[in-house]
Formats: sequence, structure tokens, C-alpha cells
Amino acid sequence: MESNLKNENKIIIKPPRSSVGILGWVRENLFSSPFNTVLTLIIATILWFSIIPFLQWAFIDSCWLPDSNCRETNGACWSVISSNYKIILFGFYPQNILWRPITAIILLVSLLIISRNRNYWNKILGYSWIISLVIMGILLKGGIFGLEPVDIEKWGGIILTLLLSVFGLTAAYPLGILLALGRQSKMPVIKTFSVFYIELIRGVPLISLLFMSSVVFPLFLPEGVSINGILRAQVAIIIFTAAYIAEVVRGGLQGMNKGQFEAADSLGLNYSKTMRLIILPQALKIVIPPSVSVLISAFKDTSLVVIIGLYDLLKTTQSTLSEPKWMGFSAEAYIFIAIIYFVCCFFMSNYSRKLEKELDTGL
Amino acid sequence: MNKAKINNNSEDISFWYDPDKRSILYQIGSACLFAFVAWYLVSNTMANLERQSIATGFGFLNNEAAFEIGESLIEYSAADRYARALSVGFLNTLLVSFIGVILTVILGTFIGVARLSKNWLINKCAAIYIELFQDIPVLLQLFFWYAFFYEMLPSPRDALSPVKGLFLCNRGLIFGIPQSHPVYKYMAIAVIIAVIVIFFLKKWAKKRQDFTGKAFPVFFTSIFLLIGFPFICWLFGGTPTDMNIPVLKGFNFKGGLTISPEFAALLLGLVLYTAAFVAEVVRAGIQSVNRGQTEAAKAVGLKSGQVLNLIILPQALRVIIPPLTSQMLNLTKNSSLAVAIGYPDFVSVAGTAINQTGQAIEGVMLIMVVYLIFSLSTSAFMNWYNTKMALVER
Repeated sequence: MESNLKNENKIIIKPPRSSVGILGWVRENLFSSPFNTVLTLIIATILWFSIIPFLQWAFIDSCWLPDSNCRETNGACWSVISSNYKIILFGFYPQNILWRPITAIILLVSLLIISRNRNYWNKILGYSWIISLVIMGILLKGGIFGLEPVDIEKWGGIILTLLLSVFGLTAAYPLGILLALGRQSKMPVIKTFSVFYIELIRGVPLISLLFMSSVVFPLFLPEGVSINGILRAQVAIIIFTAAYIAEVVRGGLQGMNKGQFEAADSLGLNYSKTMRLIILPQALKIVIPPSVSVLISAFKDTSLVVIIGLYDLLKTTQSTLSEPKWMGFSAEAYIFIAIIYFVCCFFMSNYSRKLEKELDTGL
Repeated sequence: MNKAKINNNSEDISFWYDPDKRSILYQIGSACLFAFVAWYLVSNTMANLERQSIATGFGFLNNEAAFEIGESLIEYSAADRYARALSVGFLNTLLVSFIGVILTVILGTFIGVARLSKNWLINKCAAIYIELFQDIPVLLQLFFWYAFFYEMLPSPRDALSPVKGLFLCNRGLIFGIPQSHPVYKYMAIAVIIAVIVIFFLKKWAKKRQDFTGKAFPVFFTSIFLLIGFPFICWLFGGTPTDMNIPVLKGFNFKGGLTISPEFAALLLGLVLYTAAFVAEVVRAGIQSVNRGQTEAAKAVGLKSGQVLNLIILPQALRVIIPPLTSQMLNLTKNSSLAVAIGYPDFVSVAGTAINQTGQAIEGVMLIMVVYLIFSLSTSAFMNWYNTKMALVER
């Protein structure tokens, strides 16, 4: 039977050339209908006439070396970066000991990369996070182990951006969980407080909180006590992020099956044990992807501290651009830091999408 | 409830282990803590204000503002009161948010649909756009566009003029507008009348279709009415064609309408940033409608326009509207970043007022109240919409 069939089908008809290979792909995906053909041609023309001049500007006519004379070329002046990258990236951090922030950042990035893989999530990783954060703090601040002390006021650039977002999220997370639990609580007073806090903070722009931290907060303190501007901004960011975390966590709590609570009750667990051992571990797992989104927006939002005059990545760039020598090269400098922000956010959002797929058990 | 009963019945449960009594204790405790913190902060603040001799209360709103505002929808001069300065800022915030929301929805819908296109090139362009604009802080984008308008565009003398009567320079976008004429007022009224007529026409058409099954081409009639009514007005009003064309005088243009670089940068930055998020919302909404719905509608014999209007959109909108409103709210809140590029929005004006009067608490409070009004009214709308659109489950 089989051999018969084989003989009969000896002449294998190949699919027409126009539907396979590159040609087929192009026909299928670019020119499938007259309308699509027109669209493709229009977009391709626009791209051609915008990308070629851009490449010319960015790579061919541009100057790259520090101290080259930019004003004479038509292209991009990347010298603004190569001459000032230390100031842009690290602000006023003493330039002879830049190895310290660099080491701290490498430590942070490698920990983040390790933490990407959920198989490594265990107690050891948790402890190493805590230890590393302490080490990073010591590296940046100095003052012990013979390290030259550096005033927090001098932390700038990417250090400040990372500090505000990493510490902001670490501190906001527990606060957010408490608020979410408060909002779900049956005690009216606590519930009212939580709802009021969450809705108030989510209703106002971050900038009003930053204004508050810079002009109102000093009035709250008793006479003679003053807190440094970076810490005040950090508090504002924590207060702000916590409200968003609370809503994310609430989503997770509401997603929990009622049976989980009842099972915990029937085992005789009290409230804190129910939450700590049964509910939160599951609820927090559900909300990892949206938490990463909150982290991304917190990371982007740290750029707002420019407005209250802190020297984060954006402000150091602007202070470079205000020097007469570099005036007029904003595009190059902004593109440079846009790339930094983009790379960080892109990896985070990619990770969040990957996690979403992993955690999606199809239920 | 059950727990309480059990506890009341067993007498050996001590006061501290009764969940009901405990919860009351917790609540009293947290209320006391809150009251204490509030009292501590307020007393510190009062002492500080007194020491620095800063006035309190909203009396400053009646004082002379003594600062100029670059752009204003209503008449304003430095001699006006703070209250008026703040309302100028408020209107500017409303203006940029209103135009921004409209443009964002249009652009976002386009990109969201493009993201679903079968055309590879368009699909990838939309994907790159979404990823690129979502992942760069909006403030950086605002600075970039502001620098673009300020540094890269030529001075008014060498202004670019792609179309006659339209100039693009570092003073902004300047274009000619029709010379003011009474006819335009009547044309505006004609548009309003057309809208009212269309509203009743739609009602009547639906009623007729319900009774007779005959469809009425509402869409084309509406377009015809919307253009026709004002056009008739214009014809009978003497067909004015005079234009107020801007002309270069000295260092700047006179006449025409000017869109300042601050406003343009703010609007462009906000729209491009938010549109990326709206595109994702729209894509998700369209994808949420099951493919079978389209197939079923086609099987019933609906035309492709009807499939979109009657089957896909009503279902997709239910998914799209809630996240869309929150994006609109985000745009409004992000418009507060105007302060960074010098557009006089509410936050920026309030910031100036804070600097001049030193009354930081009142200033920040005003900012918060204004934005809270925006968000509360949005969430009120959302609740109304959700109850209206909720699936009627039988």
C-alpha cells in the first residue's frame, strides 16, 4: 500500500515560487493587497529619507573625540559626551575615586542579572542583596575602612538616579503591602486611613509631592533639625510609589481564592500567620509583573527631581549643556541619556513580559 | 461572626485574645498615633511659620501678583491678583490637557491599529515606536523637544515656511488665521445646530430601523450637515476671504496666531509619550474581541463597516475605556511637568506664587486640590461608565 502511494506521488509539485522563500515572505507581509503596497511604499520612503540623513548626522559627519572642534562639522558632536561623561554620569562625585561608584553599580547590575532567574530566588540571594546594599552604601559614602568620606550632597548623576529608584522601591514595597492589607481590612478606621492615603497620593502628580518635600517638609521639622534634600526627595518618592504598589498588591490579594483564607482559618492560623504563610506568598507571586512596571515608572519618575534642583542624570547633563563651550548640543547629550534610560527600562519591561509568560499557568 | 460567637461562649478567653476587642484596640491605637503625628507636625509648622513670620491662610489670593505670565487665555497683567494668575495657570493646564487628550487618542488609536497590521513594515514601526517612547522618561522627552524648538529651528529672520502663511522658527509656529468677521460666529452656531440635528436624526433613524428594518445612512448625512450648515452661513454672510497673515517686523512676527515653543514642546512630548501607552491599550482591546465574533457577524451578512461599528467596537470599548481614562488622567498629571520647560501651567504659576509669598503649604495644597478634582471627577465618570457598560448577565 505504502509503496503504491509513493510511486503515485513521485512527481512532487513544488509550491509556486512566489509563495515561498524571500519573495513569498515579501509578497505575504509587505504587498499582500494594493492598499498594503501603497502603505509599504509610503513608509519605506519616509524611513529612507529620515534614516539616511540621521545616520549621516550621527555617524559619518560626526566627531567623537574629546576636545575636537564640533562647530565646524555638520554632524553630531559626540565630543560633548566624551569630554563630559564623568560629570554626566557621576555628578560632583570626587573624580579620583570614581572606582567606588563604578564598583557599586557593577555589583547592583550583576545582582539584578542573577535575580532575573527565578531558580536562584532563595534566602541566600535575599541575604546577599542586603549585604550588597550595605556594601554599596559603604562604597559610596566612605568614612570607614580607610575610604575617604563623600558627602551625600555630592552624589549625582546615575548614582542618584539608581539610589532614588532602588531604595525608593525597596522601602515602598513593605509600606505598599501594609497599605494594601489595610485597604482590605475589616477595621473601618484603618481601612479609611489606607483608602484615603492611596487615593490622595494617586490623585496628585509626583511633582506636587516633590514640591512638598522641598518647601513644605522643612516646616514640619522642629527648630534646628534639617534633613538633606536628597533624603527628602527620597521620602517623597517612597510615599508616592507606595500608593501605586498598594494598588498592585491589592490586585493580587483580590485575585486570591476565598478557599485559601478559609483553609488557613480552619488550620487555626491567626491573621498575621495567614497572611505571612498562606496569602502573601501567593498574592505577591501573581503581582511580580505589574510590580516591575511600577519599578520602571519609578525609575523614569526619578528624573523629576530635576525640578527641585537635585543633580540626577538629567540635571548633570543640563549643567554640562549650560557651559558656553557645549551650548547648542542638547540633542546629542539628550540622546545619550535617553539611550541609558531606554536600555534600563527595556531590560526591565522585557523581563516583566518574560515573567508574565512564565507565571501564566493558563488557569 | 462565627468567631465572635465562639469567643463569647467560652469564658476562659482573655480580653487580649478576643479578635473583636483587639481590632477596636488596634483602631484606637492607630487613630491615636495618627493624631499624635498630625499634632506634632502641625505644632512644629506653626512654630516655624511664626518664627519666619510667614502669613497663613488664603488671604494672599487677593494680593497683587506682580509677575507676568507668558501665555494666557484670559486677559492678565502683572497688576492682577494671585487668584487671577492662578486661574490663568488653571486654564492653561486645561487647554494643554484637552488638546493633548484629543491628539493622543487619535495618534494612539492609529499606532495601536498599526501594531495589529499584517503589513510587516508597519507592524514593526509601530512596535519600535511604542517601545521607544514608553521607555524614555517623559521629562527627558519634553527637554528634547524644547531644545529642538529652541536650538535647531532658525531665528524669525530665516524662518522656515513650508506653506505660504505658515512660519516655523525658534519663536514657535506662526500661521495665518482668517481675519475676524461676524460670519464666523454664525458659522460656529451653525455647527452646534448641525450637531443637535444629527442627534435627533440618529434617534429617528434608529427608531425607523427598529420598526421597518430600513437603515438610514446616518454617517454620510451627518458629515454633509456638519460641512453644509456652516458653508451655507459663509455663503450668505458675504464669503469673507481676508486672512490675517503674519509678517516679520523687527525681530519677531506680527499678526497671525503663534504657538509658543513651550506649548508646542509640552504638547508634542505629552502626546508622543502617552500615545505609546494608548496604543498598547487599543491593541489589547481589539485583541480581546474573539475572532469568532467577526466571523459570526460576517456570516450573518453584515458589511465590514457594520461589523466594526456594531460588533467589534462595542465589545472592544468596554475593555479599552477604563485604562484609556487612566492614561488621559496621566497625561493631565504629567502636564504639570510644564514647569520644567517654562510653560505657565497651574503648577508653574503656583510655584511662582509660593516663591513670592513663602506660603508653601497653601500653594502645594492648591496644586493637590486641583489635581484631585481632576482625578475624582474622572473616577466618578469611570464608575458611571462601568455601571452603564457592565455586561448584563442573565
